[in-house]
Amino acid sequence: MSAEEPILQACGLTKRFGGLLAVDAVDLVVPGDQVTAIIGPNGAGKTTLFNMLSGVLRPTHGTILFRGRRTDGLPPHVIAGLGLARTFQNVRLFEGMSLLDNVMVGRHTRTRSGMLDAAFALPRARREERAGRAICMEALEFVGLAKRADDDAQSLPFGHQRRAEIARAIVAEPRLVLLDEPAAGLNTRERAELAAIITALAQRGITPLLVDHDMDLVMDISHRVSVLNRGRKIAEGPPRRIQSDAAVIEAYLGEEIAC
Amino acid sequence: MERRFRTWVALVVFAAVLLALPLLVRQPYYRTILVFVGINALAATGLNLLMGYAGQVSLGHAAFVGIGGYASAVLSVNLGVNPWAAMVAGVVAASLIAWLIGIPTLRLHGHYLAIATLGFGMIVSIVFAEWRGLTGGVGGIPGVPALRVAGLALDNHLRFYYLVWTCLYATVIATSNISNSRLGRALRAIRGSEIAAQTTGINTGSYKLQVFVLSAALAALAGSLFVHYISFASPSRFGFAYSIELVVMAVLGGLGNMWGPIVGSGVVTALGELLRPLRDLDVPAFGLILVLVLIFLPRGVTTSLGLLVQRLRAPRPTNGEVAPANIVGAGEP
Repeated sequence: MSAEEPILQACGLTKRFGGLLAVDAVDLVVPGDQVTAIIGPNGAGKTTLFNMLSGVLRPTHGTILFRGRRTDGLPPHVIAGLGLARTFQNVRLFEGMSLLDNVMVGRHTRTRSGMLDAAFALPRARREERAGRAICMEALEFVGLAKRADDDAQSLPFGHQRRAEIARAIVAEPRLVLLDEPAAGLNTRERAELAAIITALAQRGITPLLVDHDMDLVMDISHRVSVLNRGRKIAEGPPRRIQSDAAVIEAYLGEEIAC
Repeated sequence: MERRFRTWVALVVFAAVLLALPLLVRQPYYRTILVFVGINALAATGLNLLMGYAGQVSLGHAAFVGIGGYASAVLSVNLGVNPWAAMVAGVVAASLIAWLIGIPTLRLHGHYLAIATLGFGMIVSIVFAEWRGLTGGVGGIPGVPALRVAGLALDNHLRFYYLVWTCLYATVIATSNISNSRLGRALRAIRGSEIAAQTTGINTGSYKLQVFVLSAALAALAGSLFVHYISFASPSRFGFAYSIELVVMAVLGGLGNMWGPIVGSGVVTALGELLRPLRDLDVPAFGLILVLVLIFLPRGVTTSLGLLVQRLRAPRPTNGEVAPANIVGAGEP
């Protein structure tokens, strides 16, 4: 399996904001059959890296290969169409829409009906609507929120909103899903549920790539960990080795142990 | 499912009211007002799609109404083109122009469309007044022929009432369909979070452009109907003031609500008539009423009243039973 071409490869990825080098020549390899995590202290450049991978930010330098295609410089909706989905650190559910409608938005890249189909409720629109509804309900079942489908998405508790974002991401049937600090703000039980969901993603053929502060979660579920500090990658490897890496302990774990 | 059923019932009731209304309203003056309410609501419905669903503002929609109106007048009076063909030409012209304005402005974040349409509206209203050879200048174009359906001229209030409200009814159904479709969800997603919409695969620029063109087409249709109804095109009707009036109708009625533009158009059109005795004070009075409505019914008349009805029907929650939405954090005690 490991001989397979990685699903995502970034080479020399750099992002400069004026005088600030947010991400500095980072190389990243994400194998399709593993859970990969990126960790690092606040301001290490993790979210900037995600924003470049998903097309929200254009890299200053460097290349991104997603499923063998150059995607650096492509707009986010095109990258999404190629099978890359993501969630946000500060959850971004759409306001004024039910949970189910929010998840239905996630079907966008898998459906085709346009303005005329919609306005006249033509067969294609109705067919896609029916099929989409079933797929979205199944995804809500998967993240344990099927009972809340008709609730206003923004009225859900925070932990549910995080899982709702995951449901919205997976109904696009992506190959890779970027999870930006999925455990932030969750309690212990919710973290355990989240870990189970992330592990189960792989069985659906979706490769999870996550960024997180939560060491327990990362060490439990990931096969490979990359560590960022001040925009640079300072270590990479299996979780056990990362935990004993001197540079990592100094840059990141050291902070936590100190307090 | 329940939501869909309720919409369906509302549409049936709405159709019955529309059919019965002329039986109750017999004076020509009031029938004229009903026609104007319908025409304005048509343009406001387009604006509601743009503002209420895609979150973009146009401050020059009167120009699109005017393009529809003048296309009908110029083509049918000066060139003898069939009025229906003239109407189609006006709608196509307005759509093309909207597309050209939208391409550069809608790619950018923020309210560039509002600025661009503001300037565009000003320019177009000057063109209407000054290009005498084509538009007849300030005097306008009189003698616009009536629309005909199967040999029947739609030249009285009742017939035109049915034409206008049939158009509006079809538009309301289309809006309702769009609202619960892939397109409608994409538009609402754009309003909610443009970045999240993009990373979900929505080409936000393209959708904003589509809905802007649609709203311009509806405005042009309204303009064409207006000109055929009063058999006259004049520049004073398609100026900045009317652009603002349309925005007010959309906002006052309730953005993102399919019934909002009709209520908004009804309120604004009726107010315009009621405030007429105030002469020059009508504009300040109008502004005051708008400010009061937005203070007390911030989500527009239709949406706010809907919420009020819901609250009255819902059982009163006992203290502490219902947690306030959005404040609930992650942790349980």
